[in-house]
Amino acid sequence: MINEDAVFASRVLTELTLSFHIIYATLGVGVPVMIMIAHWVGIKKKDEHYILLARRWTRGFVITVAVGVVTGTAIGLQLSLLWPNFMELAGKVIALPLFMETFAFFFEAIFLGIYLYTWDRFKDQRKHLLLLIPVAIGASFSAVFITMVNAFMNAPQGFDIVNGELVNVNPLVAMFNPAMPTKVAHVVATAYMTSAFVLAAIGAFRLLRGSQHMYHKKALYLMMKIGFVFSIATLLIGDLSGKYLAAYQPEKLAAAEWHFETEDYAPLILLGWLDEEDNVKYAIEIPYALSMLAHAWPSAEVIGLDQFPKDEIPPLYIHYLFNIMVGIGMLMIVVSFMYWIGVRRHWRFIHTRAFRWLIVAGGPLSIIAIETGWWLAEVGRQPWILRGIMKTAEAATTSDHVDIMIYLFSGLYLILGIGSVVVLSRMFRNNPIERELEERKGAVHL
Amino acid sequence: MTMNLEVIGITVLWTFLFGYVIIASIDFGAGFFNAFSEFTNKQHILTKIIQRYLSPVWEVTNVFLVFFFVGIIGFFPKTAFYYGTVLLIPVSIAVVLLGIRGSYYAFETYGTKGHKGYAFMYGVAGLFLPAALSIVLTISEGGFVAIVSGQPTLDYWALFTSPLSWSIVALSLTAVLYISAVFLTWYANKAEDVDATNLLRKYALTWAFPMIITAGGIIYQLSSHNPAHYERILGIWWMFAISTLFFLGTVWLIWKRKNYGLAFGLLVGQFAFAFYGYGISHYPYLLYPYLTIYDSFTNEAMAISLIVAFILGLLLLIPSLYLLLRLFLFSKDYVRGKTDHY
Repeated sequence: MINEDAVFASRVLTELTLSFHIIYATLGVGVPVMIMIAHWVGIKKKDEHYILLARRWTRGFVITVAVGVVTGTAIGLQLSLLWPNFMELAGKVIALPLFMETFAFFFEAIFLGIYLYTWDRFKDQRKHLLLLIPVAIGASFSAVFITMVNAFMNAPQGFDIVNGELVNVNPLVAMFNPAMPTKVAHVVATAYMTSAFVLAAIGAFRLLRGSQHMYHKKALYLMMKIGFVFSIATLLIGDLSGKYLAAYQPEKLAAAEWHFETEDYAPLILLGWLDEEDNVKYAIEIPYALSMLAHAWPSAEVIGLDQFPKDEIPPLYIHYLFNIMVGIGMLMIVVSFMYWIGVRRHWRFIHTRAFRWLIVAGGPLSIIAIETGWWLAEVGRQPWILRGIMKTAEAATTSDHVDIMIYLFSGLYLILGIGSVVVLSRMFRNNPIERELEERKGAVHL
Repeated sequence: MTMNLEVIGITVLWTFLFGYVIIASIDFGAGFFNAFSEFTNKQHILTKIIQRYLSPVWEVTNVFLVFFFVGIIGFFPKTAFYYGTVLLIPVSIAVVLLGIRGSYYAFETYGTKGHKGYAFMYGVAGLFLPAALSIVLTISEGGFVAIVSGQPTLDYWALFTSPLSWSIVALSLTAVLYISAVFLTWYANKAEDVDATNLLRKYALTWAFPMIITAGGIIYQLSSHNPAHYERILGIWWMFAISTLFFLGTVWLIWKRKNYGLAFGLLVGQFAFAFYGYGISHYPYLLYPYLTIYDSFTNEAMAISLIVAFILGLLLLIPSLYLLLRLFLFSKDYVRGKTDHY
């Protein structure tokens, strides 16, 4: 029995929750690593600015982590409320990393509380920094474990189905599925990359708003460097993801690349538009590039959509999502690289207003890349919730009233979204860095 | 009841749920007292105590709940199908209320202070939450879920007109206020805040008897709603008797203004005996009469790996939790507000 309305509403609500949660979750994974780096640089260089950077970022981080906790709890429960049939099946095979994620988060939450309230308890700053390590590890491992579950949805293994019954379950084989390495690496690297560019954007914004303080310049330079490193990592992992898809989920790759016919010497289609008859218009074709992406060999055969039944092909609009994600990633590589080289070589134009605005735009753009990346990942798996095993429509709840819940949760996310933006901007506007430095100096003289 | 994987699994989960019931009750009740005192101008007495205790631990509180529901899907995946389908509305409402409370901590305590409406919503959310969450226990007693063409459906009319559900709601509210008041009396006393101690002691004594009466009322309700469960409760009457003795001990100590720490310890004992007594008498059903821990259990491989992960996780968490408590709950300087803010 499938309740079509409930299926649709469940998809909408899940997409809403995840799209909102992923912003805070991404920052929640990446920002503690940035705080750790700043804190460490501060101790190494004995530079008060970096220590304060860590301290001020932590205050902001607490707000984003709180919203992450709330929305994470929401999605955790919604998985069972909206997709009970899926969770009943998945629970038997992939519950282990879900369970471990709780521990990772538990660990993170405990030490975040301690780190936050113990800034002045230690004479030796290094001891305080030690408390942050479990926060960063816990946050990153939360991402690792949750992404393992998502990877399992793309490449389920670790069980057999005999007469409709799940048998021979092996939780470790399920965790370490073929989609896991590239997916986990991609999620973690992009979380670091996005967090670095968001923090860089804040520094650039303060500079544009008239502050000329070294503090912001140091923050900006540090974050652009780290952002560059992780965007290069993302590029390399992205290439490996292409190879994973070609081997295990060729329909997802083919739909994202508009690769209709199976062929060798396959070209990569960039940008473009689909008309009513699914003809590609105004696209850029890079010869052999898809074969290279899929198999690292220009003559390699790449499976096209012609190999799949019509009702098992994901929607073709994921090509646009793919392009936006990759385009933003490439742009950020260029911007951060130019900034890095520019600072070392004293290029003037990286200090112009226009370039700084570009860096500011990089923050929200990186978030958009995260969003489009997840939409691509999820829509690209359709019609399956568990590829090849269970379709999304079979997984959804049969209960009515899911549509009302959409309004309820929209209200909650609206309050959380507006609230976090207002509180964050007020927190830093009321206590600018100039004032905090002045106050600390005063305290030392006393 | 023999010790098999099923029983180990449910015991672990029940223990986490018990942990959540105690620390979330402290949290919910504190929020209510805080809001109440804002409107009766006793704010200065309570707010500080509450913020110093609650702010560092609220995320940890939340994890206990997450742990329970993730764990129950892991050990008993069929619960996702039964409870997931019927609980859409009550649990969604609970999530929104949790959202309001979580964001209050973040926005008000770390951010900027004082929005009266928010404090009010935060306090009220703390009372609606136990009510919304306690519906799960009511439903588990059976009689509210029917299987219609293979799908479990919840009879809201039966639920809202049942005296049992209202008794359980009443118990959840009185228990939240009682647990919270007893704990905060102890905490305020440690902080050497005489005014707050007196006020909270008064709250503790106020809510003690409504709590015990509603608890007794539920056992009486069960005799007609679910006779099988009632019989099993009578079978382990001694657990509830011990629980009652502990209750009297707490009230006596609070009344005599003696040893608030021991009073809170007895309270935890009281609730432990009642909670495990309830759990044991509920055995083996997760949902009367459809679901037992045996027919909903996961495969052996998953169960064993979950238990191993659980033990390894505990080895990591127990020292960490100890550190947290030592720094915030048991540190005299911190409790009295002497150390620096972030």
